[in-house]
Amino acid sequence: MAAATSRRRKGKIRWSNLYSFACLRPLTSEERPAGRDVIGQPGFSRVVFCNEPHLHKRKPYKYPYNNISTTKYNVLTFLPRALFEQFRRVANFYFLLAAVFSLFSLAPFSRASLIAPLVFVVGISMLKEAVEDWHRFLQDLDVNNRTVKAHVSNGVFVDKSWKKLLVGDVVKVNKDEYFPSDLLLLSSSYEDGVCYVETMNLDGETNLKIKRCLEASLCLNEDEEFSQFKATVRCEDPNPNLYTFVGNLEFKKESYPLSPSQLLLRDSKLRNTDYIYGVVIFSGRDTKAVRNSTRSPSKRSRIERKMDYIIYLLFSMLVLVSLVSSIGSSLFLKHDMVDWWYLQLPDSSSSEEDDDHFFNPSKLVQSAVLQFIRALILYGYLIPISLYVSIEVVKVLQTMLINKDIELYDEVTCKSVQARTSNLNEELGQVEMILSDKTGTLTCNQMEFRKCSIAGISYGGDITEVDLAASMRMNADFEPFEFSMDETDRATRSFELYEFSVSGFSAQNGNARLLKSEEPVIKGFNFRDDRLMNKNWINGTNLSDITMFFRVMALCHTGIPIEDDSHKTDKLSYEAESPEEVSFLIASQEFGFQFFRRTQSLIFVKEFDPSSMKEVEREYKLLNLLEFSSSRKRMSVIVSNEDGQIFLLCKGADSIIFDRLADNGRTYEQATTLHLSSYAEDGLRTLAFAYREIEAAEYERWNTIFTQAKATIGPEREELLEQASEMIEKDLVLLGVVAVEDKLQKGVPECIDKLAQAGLKIWLLTGDKRETAINVGFACSLLRQDMMQFHLSLSREAESNSQVKAMEEEILQQIQSSYKLLCEEGNNEAPYGLIIDGKALEIALRQDVKDEFLQLAVNCASVICCRVSPKQKALITRLVKQYTGRTTLAIGDGANDVGMIQEADIGVGISGMEGMQAVMASDFSLPQFRFLERLLVVHGHWCYQRISKMVLYFVYKNVAFGLTLFYYELYTSFSGEVLYDDWYMTMFNVMLTSLPVIALGVLEQDVSSDICLQFPALYQQGPRNVHFSWSRIVGWILNGVVTSLVIFLANIYILSPTALQQNGFVADIDSLGAITYTCVIWTVNCQIALFTSHFTWIQHLSIWGSILLWYIFLLGYGALPPNLSGNTFQLLIEVIGPTPLYWMITVLVVVVSLLPYFVHIVIQRSFYPMDDHIIQEMEKRLKKDDMRDNQMWLREQRNSQMSTNVGFSARVEAKVVSFSQQMQQKKVSICRSVTNSPIYRSITRTPFS
Amino acid sequence: MADMNRERHRTRETAFYLFTQQSLPACKPVLTPGWVITIFLFMGLIFIPVGLITLRASHSVVEIVDRYDTECVPEAFRIDKISYIQDDSIPKNCSRFMKVHKYMKAPIYIYYQLDNYYQNHRRYVKSRSDKQLLHGQKYHDTSSCQPVELNNGQPIVPCGLIAWSLFNDSFTFIRERAELKVNRKNIAWKSDRDHKFGKNVHPFNFQNGTLIGGGKLNPKVPLSDQEDLIVWMRTSALPSFRKLYGRIKEDLDADDVIVVNLMNNYNTYSFGGKKKLVLSTSSWLGGKNDFLGHACVIIGSSSLILAIVFTLLHLKYRRPYGDTSYLPWSRKSLSG
Repeated sequence: MAAATSRRRKGKIRWSNLYSFACLRPLTSEERPAGRDVIGQPGFSRVVFCNEPHLHKRKPYKYPYNNISTTKYNVLTFLPRALFEQFRRVANFYFLLAAVFSLFSLAPFSRASLIAPLVFVVGISMLKEAVEDWHRFLQDLDVNNRTVKAHVSNGVFVDKSWKKLLVGDVVKVNKDEYFPSDLLLLSSSYEDGVCYVETMNLDGETNLKIKRCLEASLCLNEDEEFSQFKATVRCEDPNPNLYTFVGNLEFKKESYPLSPSQLLLRDSKLRNTDYIYGVVIFSGRDTKAVRNSTRSPSKRSRIERKMDYIIYLLFSMLVLVSLVSSIGSSLFLKHDMVDWWYLQLPDSSSSEEDDDHFFNPSKLVQSAVLQFIRALILYGYLIPISLYVSIEVVKVLQTMLINKDIELYDEVTCKSVQARTSNLNEELGQVEMILSDKTGTLTCNQMEFRKCSIAGISYGGDITEVDLAASMRMNADFEPFEFSMDETDRATRSFELYEFSVSGFSAQNGNARLLKSEEPVIKGFNFRDDRLMNKNWINGTNLSDITMFFRVMALCHTGIPIEDDSHKTDKLSYEAESPEEVSFLIASQEFGFQFFRRTQSLIFVKEFDPSSMKEVEREYKLLNLLEFSSSRKRMSVIVSNEDGQIFLLCKGADSIIFDRLADNGRTYEQATTLHLSSYAEDGLRTLAFAYREIEAAEYERWNTIFTQAKATIGPEREELLEQASEMIEKDLVLLGVVAVEDKLQKGVPECIDKLAQAGLKIWLLTGDKRETAINVGFACSLLRQDMMQFHLSLSREAESNSQVKAMEEEILQQIQSSYKLLCEEGNNEAPYGLIIDGKALEIALRQDVKDEFLQLAVNCASVICCRVSPKQKALITRLVKQYTGRTTLAIGDGANDVGMIQEADIGVGISGMEGMQAVMASDFSLPQFRFLERLLVVHGHWCYQRISKMVLYFVYKNVAFGLTLFYYELYTSFSGEVLYDDWYMTMFNVMLTSLPVIALGVLEQDVSSDICLQFPALYQQGPRNVHFSWSRIVGWILNGVVTSLVIFLANIYILSPTALQQNGFVADIDSLGAITYTCVIWTVNCQIALFTSHFTWIQHLSIWGSILLWYIFLLGYGALPPNLSGNTFQLLIEVIGPTPLYWMITVLVVVVSLLPYFVHIVIQRSFYPMDDHIIQEMEKRLKKDDMRDNQMWLREQRNSQMSTNVGFSARVEAKVVSFSQQMQQKKVSICRSVTNSPIYRSITRTPFS
Repeated sequence: MADMNRERHRTRETAFYLFTQQSLPACKPVLTPGWVITIFLFMGLIFIPVGLITLRASHSVVEIVDRYDTECVPEAFRIDKISYIQDDSIPKNCSRFMKVHKYMKAPIYIYYQLDNYYQNHRRYVKSRSDKQLLHGQKYHDTSSCQPVELNNGQPIVPCGLIAWSLFNDSFTFIRERAELKVNRKNIAWKSDRDHKFGKNVHPFNFQNGTLIGGGKLNPKVPLSDQEDLIVWMRTSALPSFRKLYGRIKEDLDADDVIVVNLMNNYNTYSFGGKKKLVLSTSSWLGGKNDFLGHACVIIGSSSLILAIVFTLLHLKYRRPYGDTSYLPWSRKSLSG
């Protein structure tokens, strides 16, 4: 190993000759990573024999196959692990113990009646686990069976499934394919061995990254070359770090250092490159992408966690009554039972064969302990055994209903919402915070050319959607009110308002914008303005500037045209580093400047010549290309046209360009600035275009400096290049700006709006640039122009520890000053937005700063984090969850969101895109972001309510039933005798009360889905947890206690000791048991009928059917021969059926036990109604009219929206306020003019300023 | 036919669709004040009459209770009743006088009532073998009868504590020197006699041990005819219970005095249990028990009161139906 290190080559790397991409090339890696000489040391010991995968089948070079597994269990581990999971639940463990005890005759019931329900419950839960894991397995199988071309021998490449790939395999990956594992790039279809890679799944960044092979391996660009290829790679061991790679390639007896730019990571995608050859370095679970992913944690909902506490509470009740029983029993045993000769209790002197340890007066303590254990099992009905299984069943059904919801079906992708785990349905109803990814989640990763401002004139429409909506709202709003503008009829007023509010846009443009539902015909081009389209721009005023503007668009880029055979038209499509450039190229093509060919130094453009009205082909010589970088924020090309004129064409961020304008180039600056701000508010990305004509002499002078700078080697190179660029990029002439839209997915602004109204907070976490993030923030109304923005950022990079400390302080100071500001003005409801970038976030999330940071962030209306790494996304999610204690939902689409999705209480993956990682890690997958609204506001709300109602009812019914067992003990001297037959008890949870509660859990609705959507504020019931508060839980337990008392006492006092029927027979233990049990069944089933607010036939069937089932059961059980049915034999027919008392007692008990609850709901409804109650009443009242037209309905709907600072409506709201103020002024001025002028018409027509 | 099938198929499909879209037609009852008042009134109007009828039925039952456990112990033995009852040499016969205070129509049911007797004790209840009762000695597994299972290595039929502790006081009734006919047949449930106690099963080895519990059985009579045993084997639910002894087929007039000659054999003195003799008629509702009637009347009247209170409250603090000002957002805006 050490030898390898010493043999490494130190020679200068000679890169292939420059051609068109030369300027894009990142700095070559003359400076090698520091860890070069660690190869062979611990942590860097991996050896890969390229093209010799068979060597990796045996130790010591045996590495895993390339298959991945996301399943929780395998065939062997399923049983033990799943059982362990099941019995981790306290209740299940308790029932397991009870079942074990039943084997030793300790239990008061028969074995079957204890074991059967447990097996049933655990079996169903495990079945569910198995099915879910099976689905995961199938998905893995799908990924593992994807194929890739792999080298077998003699230069032959055959399809090989991913899972069969071994380290050392040479593979050929074609365009737009995913890399099957971490590959070392050997060569590509480009001569200089570059390839473009999209890493969206890894880090969420949308721009393509360039990877570059070693020069030594450039020759390997044909299939045949690989027949003899042999090389050895020594590199670092598998690790999760995406951005580092240290290794050596030994090839042809020479050693070459490797860097991350030769490593192609799994889950990224080959773009713009026809094919590459690579060798597998890390496979399967060793790949960086897989190492980066964490095992999906099993999540439990809040309600379920609280349910544990309820179980504990019931347990303590159980222990308490068991203690009472056991103490009572031993007291009886000591003082009384010894005298009960009819028991023949064993006494110390008598025979030993009597082994009744429960009643042995000489062993009092032993008897007490045994009685205690028996009581624990006996009162086990206090613990709802079937609660978990019923909840699982209900959740599976709820999941099915969510999956089947037609409103959540996306016709475009033919996918619908998938609830991937059913554990979290009700958690959807309690979400308070949404952490969203940007690319692929909110946006489609597609840029659209939307507007431009050329030579001070804005094209593409002025009016924004906000303005439009605000004016419509005002029209609608003011109509119902008496508006004292004399003699003006409604139509005129509306018209006037409309005209007023959208003043300054010509009808023609407005109409174009009004038809916004039309999809753009051309992808990436959503621009309608007749002044520019169809070559109409030739009629424009500043023709030369317009032409120049289009030229910048067509020339200043790094794209390449793609010839598409399938298209019959002469329209080309393009590929470029960023989607923005593509949209510019498409736009310039639409305007008549079609870029159609590029060679190493020439750019060919078909131009429409306004003078000749013909299309001419022009070629421009590309002299230099000054690349784009995030620090420069601009890009320029220097071209000379056919006449030898040299132009510098520049595009860049507006601030950068405006700083570099010549004095005579500022003609349009003012107008353009205005347009810029309006574009920015609409969330459009803007770039300014400028140009400069350069004298040949000046160019020559500059070019020598630039060439020199480029040839420099060493750290100062960048500085020199920067200086050189500065020299030439000055004295520019401003042409205009373009605005592109990072196209939002369908329905995203509306969805965000509704979610904001429902009181949810939305944070945007993106790996993208700050500018892009802010643009999208505007586009989806998370930010607005009048919002106070806090920017947290670092001025420089941290290099040493002391600097980190200083930065920490810097950030802390920024946070504190922002927070102070926020507190000072906290009252006037000015919205605040917080924008923080990844580097600052790294500091801000440190231990000693994070509390301040989170305090600030939580108080801001919207938070946008840009340039965050996947790890940071997960970290933010965790911290927010911990700090606020609120339920968080993370939504994303790429592998870079996996951490966040797993960390959040609910993870949602977008399934529309190709990558499956996010979906695989998620709890719910949506085809589109907009479905989140319905998922949360409708299904979440319903499921939350259903599950909480269900749990409460379960507690009630088990307390009501379990306690009657305890009361009876008081009458049996705590001897452990049971009032009911074993099978009644077994039936209780399994059959007789289970169906109605499942129906409740699946079908209950407080209000219909439409109303849920119309009144988003109803959603707040979930986050405020009104349905599952401790007061409710305790209330229901008390209700259960009351019910049990009523049932038991009424039966005892009415049925004993006098005759039951006219024939003088009295009630014995069995008939009393059956009658009491009937009362229990009736009461708990009627209680659920009172509790349900939405009865379909299913509910009716299950409730009344359960009661009927009890009689059928009793009849059937009684019809069995007596050796099976025992004392229940013919009980119903002969004993209790003909007894009038039996039926009367049932009615009485049901009424009395439900009375307290009934009075409670009557009082609540009448005097302290909840929101859903009122809405139900409103719904009933308005049933006849059409609800949507009812003024009250609409008004309430609007009132119900949470006051929010983000979202489209909030912006509209703000606009309405500002419009109304202007209205007021207008009114005043009109009144004045009315008094001044006699001609009314002329006044109203006066344009208002 | 095909049409109908298709039609049915379609309706089924639509129903399933409605189910999956969670929009099945549903009834959504809303509790309005009108409904509430109606329900309370209705409950009041139902329960009060029912309660009154029940009370009337209960009052029509005539019941005479006579506690005899103490009285039937001769004065001399009252200090140590236990030794009295355990001493077989002392005659246990005793006479009681019962005065009929009201006309009693036949059939008049004779019950014996035991108090503080835990027939529902788990050890006691489980100590029986239903199979042996039905099949007799053919059935061997009588381990459930512990501790009264075997005697001298021979099985006991009927085994178990319950049978062993059979109540064995006996009563004869004399009115005006003539013995009243007491029908002691058909005092047990028919299903018990026919299906649970064997017709060919005769008592065997019963009460032969060192410890004699309660009554003895005639080994000649099959178990299915031993109705006292059958009644006794139906264990009572509570520690204070009555069991049917027989029926008097003649009417008793008011002021009749009945002499009860009884054999006070059963030991309740060890544990301080009471023994009572009950003569009672019955109504359609069974025996004399006012609890149900009272409960109905109380529930009925409280419903009426609730209806009135609620009406008053509703009139005073009237909340208009579907009034939007109660919505939380409206309240918020009102207070803010």
